[in-house]
Amino acid sequence: MKISNEWLQSWVDHGLTPEALGHRLTMAGLELDAITPVAAEFSGVVVGRVQRVQAHPDADKLRVCEVDDGSGTLQQVVCGAPNVHEGMYAPLARVGAVLPDNFQIKKAKLRGVESFGMLCSAKELGLAESSDGLLGLPHDSPPGMDVRTLLGLDDVVLEIDLTPNRADCLSISGVAREVATLVERPLIPLAITPVPPTITETFPITLEAPQDCPRYAGRVIRGVNPQAPTPLWMRERLRRCGIRSLGPLVDVTNYVMLELGQPMHAFDLAHLHEGIVVRRARVGERLQLLAGQEIELSEADLLIADGRGPLALAGIMGGDMSGVDETTRDVFLESAHFSPQAIAGRARSHGLHTDASHRFERGVDPQLPVQALERATALLLEIVGGQAGPVHDVIAPQGIAQPAAIALRPARVEQLLGAQIPSAQMQRLLQALGCRLESAQTATWQVWPPSFRFDLAIEEDLIEEVARVYGYDQLPRQMPPLQASIRAQDERQVSIHAIRRSLSARGYREAITYSFVDPAIEALLAPEQSPLSLVNPISSEMAAMRTTLWPGLIKAAQYNLNRQQERIRLFETGLSFVPTPQGLQQQAQLAVLVCGPVLPEQWGSAARPVDFFDLKGDLQAVLALAGLEQRVVYQAQTHPALHPGQSARLLLDEQPIGCLGALHPQVQAQLDLPGAVYVFEIALDRLRRSTQVRYQEQSRFPLIRRDLALLVDQTLSADTVINAVRTFAPKEVKDIVLFDVYTGKGLPDACKSLALGLILQDLSRTLTDTEVDAIMAQITQQLAQHLGIRLRG
Amino acid sequence: MQDLNDVIATALDEIKACQSLKALDSLRVQYLGKKGIITEQLKSLGQLPPEQRRSDGQRINQAKQTLTEALEQRHQRLAEQAHQQTLAADTLDVTLPGRGQESGGLHPLTLTIERIEHLLAQAGFSVVEGPEVEDDYHNFEALNIPAHHPARAMHDTFYFDASTLLRTHTSPVQVRVMESGQLPIRVIAPGRVYRCDSDMTHSPMFHQVEGLLVDEGITFAHLRGVLDQFLQAFFEQADLQTRFRPSYFPFTEPSAEVDIQCVQCFGQGCRVCKHTGWLEVMGCGMVHPNVFAHVGIDAQRYSGFAFGLGVERMAMLRYGVNDLRLFFDNDIRFLRQFA
Ligand SMILES: [Zn+2]
Repeated sequence: MKISNEWLQSWVDHGLTPEALGHRLTMAGLELDAITPVAAEFSGVVVGRVQRVQAHPDADKLRVCEVDDGSGTLQQVVCGAPNVHEGMYAPLARVGAVLPDNFQIKKAKLRGVESFGMLCSAKELGLAESSDGLLGLPHDSPPGMDVRTLLGLDDVVLEIDLTPNRADCLSISGVAREVATLVERPLIPLAITPVPPTITETFPITLEAPQDCPRYAGRVIRGVNPQAPTPLWMRERLRRCGIRSLGPLVDVTNYVMLELGQPMHAFDLAHLHEGIVVRRARVGERLQLLAGQEIELSEADLLIADGRGPLALAGIMGGDMSGVDETTRDVFLESAHFSPQAIAGRARSHGLHTDASHRFERGVDPQLPVQALERATALLLEIVGGQAGPVHDVIAPQGIAQPAAIALRPARVEQLLGAQIPSAQMQRLLQALGCRLESAQTATWQVWPPSFRFDLAIEEDLIEEVARVYGYDQLPRQMPPLQASIRAQDERQVSIHAIRRSLSARGYREAITYSFVDPAIEALLAPEQSPLSLVNPISSEMAAMRTTLWPGLIKAAQYNLNRQQERIRLFETGLSFVPTPQGLQQQAQLAVLVCGPVLPEQWGSAARPVDFFDLKGDLQAVLALAGLEQRVVYQAQTHPALHPGQSARLLLDEQPIGCLGALHPQVQAQLDLPGAVYVFEIALDRLRRSTQVRYQEQSRFPLIRRDLALLVDQTLSADTVINAVRTFAPKEVKDIVLFDVYTGKGLPDACKSLALGLILQDLSRTLTDTEVDAIMAQITQQLAQHLGIRLRG
Repeated sequence: MQDLNDVIATALDEIKACQSLKALDSLRVQYLGKKGIITEQLKSLGQLPPEQRRSDGQRINQAKQTLTEALEQRHQRLAEQAHQQTLAADTLDVTLPGRGQESGGLHPLTLTIERIEHLLAQAGFSVVEGPEVEDDYHNFEALNIPAHHPARAMHDTFYFDASTLLRTHTSPVQVRVMESGQLPIRVIAPGRVYRCDSDMTHSPMFHQVEGLLVDEGITFAHLRGVLDQFLQAFFEQADLQTRFRPSYFPFTEPSAEVDIQCVQCFGQGCRVCKHTGWLEVMGCGMVHPNVFAHVGIDAQRYSGFAFGLGVERMAMLRYGVNDLRLFFDNDIRFLRQFA
């Protein structure tokens, strides 16, 4: 809401600088956004009366004027404006004047004729975006008077960011009312005297939707002169509040809306038939709006219609056919009350937002329509003349809802605010806000909020009002009491903090990427999923909810690769959104991406690209946090986005918990990734210990190591072999280490060699060589028998 | 026996001049070895008359001892020197960089959230989470924002269908916690939120931390107390000025916005605070009775406050990050600055 300080001061003499006023408003919940001067800096511009206009001897478009600038001597000024004429009053920038943007006016010669100053347009004074001629000043302006004084240009506009509950402040009078309360100065009310009708004509009004429109006031005004210009003072006030002048009829309705807060509409009476009907739209009805667009109406839309059909979208926008223009001679003025419930959401559903809808959907005082109608009539008659009929104020039989009394308990105020505000002060504050108070009962007061405060409905609303005007900063501050308590923590669940820090210690950086991703990339990485799609995405590249965290990490990798960062180690934790027959699964995931050299460039160790087993080592480190490094099974299974020979599904207790592998070379190429990229993803809630950690007694006796070089069929996985050894080994075998894998020369075809180290130890004594030999013999014998594994000779 | 004195003098000179352990050993053999000069002299004692044998014997033994000690000393000296030389040869350039994996780090938004969690944990707030794909009821309806409420226009909402959306704030977690029926409540809910808005100062995804305290006897003064201390602790500025401005949120009444004195210019006015000296950092208020009614909490017995803050804004102020979009580019050079 833009408020001209000068206009505001005509309603309340607040006695504050604009900055101080802005601060006071901000601290009362009407946040000041900006203070801006209403006109750019200029000086030396006075009222000039054009006495004579003569043709320029050498230029068709220029005129030579003699201008009375109040100095006693007429000034010769050359002027190119098309509208300059004898008797005109216009701003004259004298020699020495400085116009906006530091434009200096000097004595000049234009095509051989001397010019002592310049006659100005509104644009040249920074008062309009564009102008098509000189700015005409009122004919009672004294020549020589400073134009800044004449137009009150040393005014500022206070821009206030109003919260949606404060509809009552969407007008000068409303803000003035608030300011008067805050600074404790009287409100200077506008004297609105009814305009006596000079004709008897009224136009019929029928309220068919009394819930939506319980009150509709209208008035006929015949014989207006639509050519009459809107007076400069009104244009200026409209401009300062951000509204463009559109001719006197519309300007007056807008002016009254700004002044009092009541949106109004002017119909061209010639285009109305039979009578006004306020009703809901019927299916299939259409309306051509003032803005030019045609909309299709629904039963939720409230209409102003006549005998022929829809005229206007009630409280939102008029129709094209029935609006006023420069040919209008007879006017029907509308000033109605529409309930917020009837208007809320309707404008938005048609993609509209207007000054009227903004006010009606937040609530306009139902007491205003007739006042506003009288005010508008008076202004119109003054500007465009005409004959006004009587005010025709139609109120629905059940009447307008009166604000109900709210019970306010002074004790509750203290209970909620934690502050003691004296009762007398609270009562004064509430009354200053326009509330009526019944406080005979000291424990519970009855409070009737004023008709313009749609936001005051319950006790807490009143408590906020008390606190707000009293001043939030006057209220105490205090720490709440804390009943000391200690909550148990599930130690088996690995905390996300531990996981993040573990990865961070292993050289990974955490990324945070958007949860919505490019559907094309999502489809490439998870072709088996059909992701949830946004109805209204920011862009088509952010339209699908990720079913995996990989798209975001890949995008981050691309971003870095494009900036010469070739070594990338990223992880992210966050939700994936997987639609399932049982509903949407919002599952916390951990995903990791690596590419480039395994180590940062350094001396003394050869650079090597990261590989599958580097990433698997990091994955195992994460699994180890939950004691799962032995329990997770790596199942070689093809994932459509991963390399068929370099990927694995992770199984825990036979349930899939994640995936690991190299991106499929084809996918990698499609994503423009230059080298091999390795990724894994794992469900975070599965990183949980199956049992609480229990200490296992350690042997104090020496341990013995025996190595086995096994000749194994190429297709047999290391896991199978190690698991077999583990199965066949007695309890003395404490640990098994795979320390070499060899394929190639010296081995039979289709064979590989696995070298295992077995660590043996007994809890109660030192093992003898004979015992160890027996154990090893037993293991090798079983391996041969069950898996056909031989010792490498 | 002038002879012996000369021998000793010469031997001592030679030992003193000796520069290697090997040469020193040769000297030892030359004088004290089986056929050494001193050994030979001892052997020749037997040919002397007993009287002279004794006195000569004493002198020769003394000479032997002198030489032995001299050899020993020189040996120690040379051994020490040799050891020092070996060590010198093994000296490293200790300024060469270390090897191995560099350490990574956490995202500044995570660091900020963790910091907020730790600070508020001191006042008994524990962390809860909620879904990001929400229903209209929890995101709006239960928070006293019915359909067509003007406040909905301020939440540019991403929709999946008429009743499913991406949460526009972390406040629905409040509702879910209160629905669970456990009282009193002291929780914070950090997480991602989404608004259909993207420009220099808006990201379609950002982070909030929601706080909720519901108990008997909770007042607006408590809200001021907690947020004051929290903000002072977060910015590590004990005298940080805060101010509470009346505002409007449908789910709190009274409602407030919280400003802190600009941490950039200390209230003097600068570009960051748009020359006001103040920075808006939070929204808060007392839980609205309609919200309590939705979740079945007796508003006459219990009261509570809720607050919400923007993590990106806090991180930007704390770390001086001047462009919101940096948080989501995941540029390694940017991330590296925080750990
Ligand atoms: Zn500042």
